[in-house]
Amino acid sequence: MNEELYKDLLKTMLKIRYFEQAAKKLYAEGLILGSIHLYTGEEAIAAGACAALCKDDFITSTHRGHGHIIAKGGDLNKIMSELLGKATGYNGGRGGSMHIATTDLGILGANGIVGAGIPLATGAALSAKLRKSGQVTVCFFGDGASNQGTFHESLNIASVFSLPVVYICENNLYGVGTCILNTSKCINISERSKSYAMEGVTIDGNDPVIVYSEVKKAADKARKGNGPTLIEAKTYRWNSHFEGEPDNYRPAEEVKAWKKKEPIQRFENLLIDKNIMTKEGMEILHSEIKKDIDIAVKFAKESPDPLTEDALKFVIN
Amino acid sequence: MRTITYKKALTEAMDEEMEKDSRVLIAGLDVGKYGGSFGVTEGLYGKYPDRILDMPISEAGYTGAAVGAAMTGMRPIVEIQVSDWVTIASDQIVNNGANMPYLLMGKTALPLVVRLPSGGYLSYACQHSHSWESWFCFVPGIKVVLPATPYDAKGLLKSAIRDDNIVIFLEHKKLYSMTGQVPEGEYTVPIGKADIKKEGKDITIISYSYVLHKVLEAAEILSGSGISAEVIDLRTVKPLDEETIINSIKKTGKVVIVQEVWRNCSVSSEVAAVISEKCFDYLDHPIVRVTSKEAPNPYAPVLENYILPQTQDIVKAARDMVR
Repeated sequence: MNEELYKDLLKTMLKIRYFEQAAKKLYAEGLILGSIHLYTGEEAIAAGACAALCKDDFITSTHRGHGHIIAKGGDLNKIMSELLGKATGYNGGRGGSMHIATTDLGILGANGIVGAGIPLATGAALSAKLRKSGQVTVCFFGDGASNQGTFHESLNIASVFSLPVVYICENNLYGVGTCILNTSKCINISERSKSYAMEGVTIDGNDPVIVYSEVKKAADKARKGNGPTLIEAKTYRWNSHFEGEPDNYRPAEEVKAWKKKEPIQRFENLLIDKNIMTKEGMEILHSEIKKDIDIAVKFAKESPDPLTEDALKFVIN
Repeated sequence: MRTITYKKALTEAMDEEMEKDSRVLIAGLDVGKYGGSFGVTEGLYGKYPDRILDMPISEAGYTGAAVGAAMTGMRPIVEIQVSDWVTIASDQIVNNGANMPYLLMGKTALPLVVRLPSGGYLSYACQHSHSWESWFCFVPGIKVVLPATPYDAKGLLKSAIRDDNIVIFLEHKKLYSMTGQVPEGEYTVPIGKADIKKEGKDITIISYSYVLHKVLEAAEILSGSGISAEVIDLRTVKPLDEETIINSIKKTGKVVIVQEVWRNCSVSSEVAAVISEKCFDYLDHPIVRVTSKEAPNPYAPVLENYILPQTQDIVKAARDMVR
């Protein structure tokens, strides 16, 4: 058992949890505009998956992307600044929550169009294969996106060309207000992989170690040239689809039951049971991370707005 | 100088760029051994089997993959078999690709060429005859090119492949078999620069792509009546070469804009607006446009030829202005 890995998994999940808490508050205060889609409750997937990747591997993300970007090594200050629309954000305030992208970390972007990142990830994998770079691409998308035509087309292409990509479907049961069980007859989305003669597996998305080991297995397989995998990670979001949306379509018992098996509490209990961390150690970790998030918020608040003189730059390379 | 077809000129452009740069790849339907449905990639698969990819019929999938590959070190050329179908891929081009340079603030190139066999006058009817250059001109972050001659086709395709942006490259199907002089050696044609195909002094006729040749026919007929037309081939419709247009109108004071496609919110609308903004004092006559009539391209030749602009329409428009 890799103790350092376990501690890193917890650290990443806590970073995401506290970041989203801060973002929720800033949105309510009117400092973040437009819409934000919080990842709270799903932290184990981003943390586990990105722990299995190298810095120069690629990811594509979704509209619910803060967790992926943090887990892939995103700088908290720059992410928070982008949410506040400041010049110091990853995209100079030009993108906001749903469009954060930085190719330095292989982050090919959060994306405001459901399913639109799936072809991009497939293309990054194609590029890696042709360049013989050994890079792997992880493609995050939700249950709803598996109904988008681009899912079908991209997985088919990846299968035909044996591309080094790991498709991760974060099945949180809902596409905005509609339960996936009402928009697909496949109970387990991983079954769809059979249509592409691709390996597919359904896992507990709230267990970061299981996520890590499945993604590592799939990434190693991809790196060896043995093609793509579809991993369906079952999870649940704590908050509404976007902040401010009433979230009155999910049964109260369902929300309660899922919160009971939320990833962080479970994992902390495990770490203590296995003597990997002590309670005091955990409290210190919590307060350290809270401090980092506070620093990010302060940095973002104090950062300058983007200049209108720069607004028309870089439309064309 | 040798004479080759427009189609061969395009093949040569891709061959030369692929030989030079191992990052260039071609993806599309039947582009490999089959050589492309119009034969434009004929002979290339044997030379570059790893980089010419026969895709499944998945325009959104493979064009989006090309955007992703362009962001991560490759220089893809996507051939969409018939330009009308680029609509299927347009979400990936417009909502992903075109936004990326702006979001990434120039940190990542997006060298993607989307080649589109386009246009009518062939009775291929309403899903195999249209041409969407006007739509793509609307979007920031995209360049749009339509060569009308083999010389321009080769030079512009090379430039497009070397460009670090999305270039929508429309090849009119009726031009593939057209022949013209193309030099043997290395050359390019710059994107964003129009070409005066025929100098004149009485009237400016601005056009692009296949219908330019009807304009040249019309210019011959007009010169027979003592009307000297200056014919500008735009070659690139985004960005527009405003300087060449303005200089010509300063000379002639009269302009007809001729395009094959529909009128409403089209390239001709933009050119007319720019002329009005920048050459108003030089105009002796309102701007005239010769375009397709407002209907989808019909199948029956008698109908299609009625809808689409013909040489006589151009001659009449010019004569009416000069009288």
